[in-house]
Amino acid sequence: MKHTISVLVENQFGAFNRVATMFSGKGFNIHSISIGETETPEVSRMTIVTEGEDKIMEQVVKQLNRLIDTIKVIDLTGQDRVERELALITVFYQKGTRAEIISVNDIFRGNVVDINNKTITLEITGPPSKIDAVVNVLEPYGIKEMARSGTVALKRGEQLKIDKNIVTQQ
Amino acid sequence: MRNPNQTLSGADIFFECLRQEKVEYIFGYPGGAVLKLYEKLYDVDFLKHILVRHEQGAAHMAEGYAKASGKIGVVLVTSGPGATNTVTGIADAYMDSVPIVVFTGQVATHLIGNDAFQEADIVGITRPITKHNFLVRDVKELAATIKKAFYIASTGRPGPVLVDLPKDVINSVCEFEYPEKVELRGYKPTFLGHQNQIKKAAEIIKKAKRPLLYVGGGVIMSNGERELKLFAKENNLPVTMTLQGLGAFPGNDPQSLGMLGMHGTYYANQAVNNCDVLVSLGARFDDRVTGKVDTFAINAYKIHVDIDPTCIDKNVVVDLPIVGDVKHVLAELAAELNEPLQLDEWWNQINKWKEICPLHYEKNDGKLRSEFIIEKISEKTKGEAVVVTDVGQHQMWTAQYYKFNNPRSHLTSGGLGTMGFGLPASIGAAFATKDRPVILISGDGGFQMNIQELATVVYYKLPVKIFVINNSFLGMVRQWQELFHDEKYSFTDLSASNPDFVKVAEAFGLKAFSTNSILNVDEILDEALAYNSGPVLVEFKVVKEDMVFPMVPAGKSISQMMTKRLDPKEMV
Repeated sequence: MKHTISVLVENQFGAFNRVATMFSGKGFNIHSISIGETETPEVSRMTIVTEGEDKIMEQVVKQLNRLIDTIKVIDLTGQDRVERELALITVFYQKGTRAEIISVNDIFRGNVVDINNKTITLEITGPPSKIDAVVNVLEPYGIKEMARSGTVALKRGEQLKIDKNIVTQQ
Repeated sequence: MRNPNQTLSGADIFFECLRQEKVEYIFGYPGGAVLKLYEKLYDVDFLKHILVRHEQGAAHMAEGYAKASGKIGVVLVTSGPGATNTVTGIADAYMDSVPIVVFTGQVATHLIGNDAFQEADIVGITRPITKHNFLVRDVKELAATIKKAFYIASTGRPGPVLVDLPKDVINSVCEFEYPEKVELRGYKPTFLGHQNQIKKAAEIIKKAKRPLLYVGGGVIMSNGERELKLFAKENNLPVTMTLQGLGAFPGNDPQSLGMLGMHGTYYANQAVNNCDVLVSLGARFDDRVTGKVDTFAINAYKIHVDIDPTCIDKNVVVDLPIVGDVKHVLAELAAELNEPLQLDEWWNQINKWKEICPLHYEKNDGKLRSEFIIEKISEKTKGEAVVVTDVGQHQMWTAQYYKFNNPRSHLTSGGLGTMGFGLPASIGAAFATKDRPVILISGDGGFQMNIQELATVVYYKLPVKIFVINNSFLGMVRQWQELFHDEKYSFTDLSASNPDFVKVAEAFGLKAFSTNSILNVDEILDEALAYNSGPVLVEFKVVKEDMVFPMVPAGKSISQMMTKRLDPKEMV
């Protein structure tokens, strides 16, 4: 089963390497890994998508926690969360297919970010499954190249109870 | 105490930090990148630098020192090859959770990545084999980094920490202040066990009919031997120990079942197979202990006490984990159990197993055997010596036949199984041990792997008693070749190429003897043990074809023990 794990690490030289080394050293799978700053500059957030049996996933979380630079490890799997991935996809077009490709882009609420006389580049954002779907549809046109960011994810904020009366009054 | 706001060079800060950490010994070897440190060292009087002959030796000495003393072993080497030579020692310390801090020189920061002379990315190389490592890039971070290194190495589950020191960092200056506290938000080892879990464990143990304590090195690391003894004695519990656990409980005590696992005793392994409650204390269910995991203690309720959460459920799924310091958990467990358990039936059974198959070896053919020598050493030192071994058959025989009375007395490379560990580790142990003899039991193979350290042991006049058990073979590999590889003794016969160990020892300046006779073992041992003005080496030429039994073939259940030479084909 796929797991999405969010890891807060010290924004320090080598912290990313430590995580990557641990995964390869222990023989754990990585589907995707992304890292970037958080609201606190000294802390980076890594989002790791990995796969394995429950026992292995338990070890993954423990081994991540064991690293000294790791501040917090949250297995988001099964939790209410927001998950997004960004893909840049450059597709070949011919005379008749340009409009089709743009309509695919519109259906998936993407952006056209580049175009020349042969190719068109789309920016698609969404859950990984949506990116997969777009890729599927675009494949017959001929994908020249593609870059995927890997998943980033956050737990959803606590849902505040909305006072229905206030809503009606408005 | 120096003025905290004084401006110091990186090299001065380095030694100031070591002084604050109360370091007594550095095991090291000079070189280009650490010349400035060695320049300062020339005038340092609060610690002693031990000059080794190879950096791997320095790392193992630091391990030996740390294991014997419970303090942190410190290594100082230069960049590049100096650093990479420590790698095996660091990996060894990582596997066996030994607190050492390794300082490596590094080329100047502006040269890092340029393939400079004697440059190696030692932080990258050692990342998977250190508990943590640091590259100090600014002299202002130096003091805090050293403080963190010592803290991380010695707390929680101990382990090696490496600090890489670029040449320019050592040469630059800054204001010095040694931090009083360590701030590491990502590192807070759980020290106290969970109260409810401990209570629950006590309830389970109370109801046990066939309980067994499975004791690992964690009990020794946490200094929990008194708590263990009290707990085991008051509740009449049988105790079996791992290779690293030997010494945590007295080997001569009737409640000791000796070592378990691949070369453990028959009765210890039978007890594991038949116990109804297995209490693992600071042990990690290593494959050499469990054999085939899904048959290990199959009917037992398993309680696992360990300070490292990753050890829990890693190899064997347990019923009740307690994460915490073993010493503290043991004390709290003991407090919960106030009535001695009625275990007569269980003890009768265990004693029957002890009678059926005690440790035994051939005594009547007049040939010189390792087991006999080690048994003699155990008797003559009354189990009080610090015994260091290398890796192989002699190591297993030592674990079986030396009856350790005290913790921090059995120093061996367990997890990594590093041949060449013995001699340097015994040197480190000799610096840590003043009141007990330090004995090295090595084999002809392993002894040659760090034989250069004979120069070190002689130079410092350390009274290490070096016993080389020479069977002219890489004996353990030979044993597997005989049992499982069609008797193809591929490259394990050293008889044509072994040196004359007495001559080698004498060339280094040791007193040395050799014998192949059972008749003068007593006399030679007495002489060697009484000689204290320096190291002494005794070569025992033993029978070549002996094998270590009992044995659980790799991957087999520990119920399928070979207690004597059998055709492996019958062992299915």
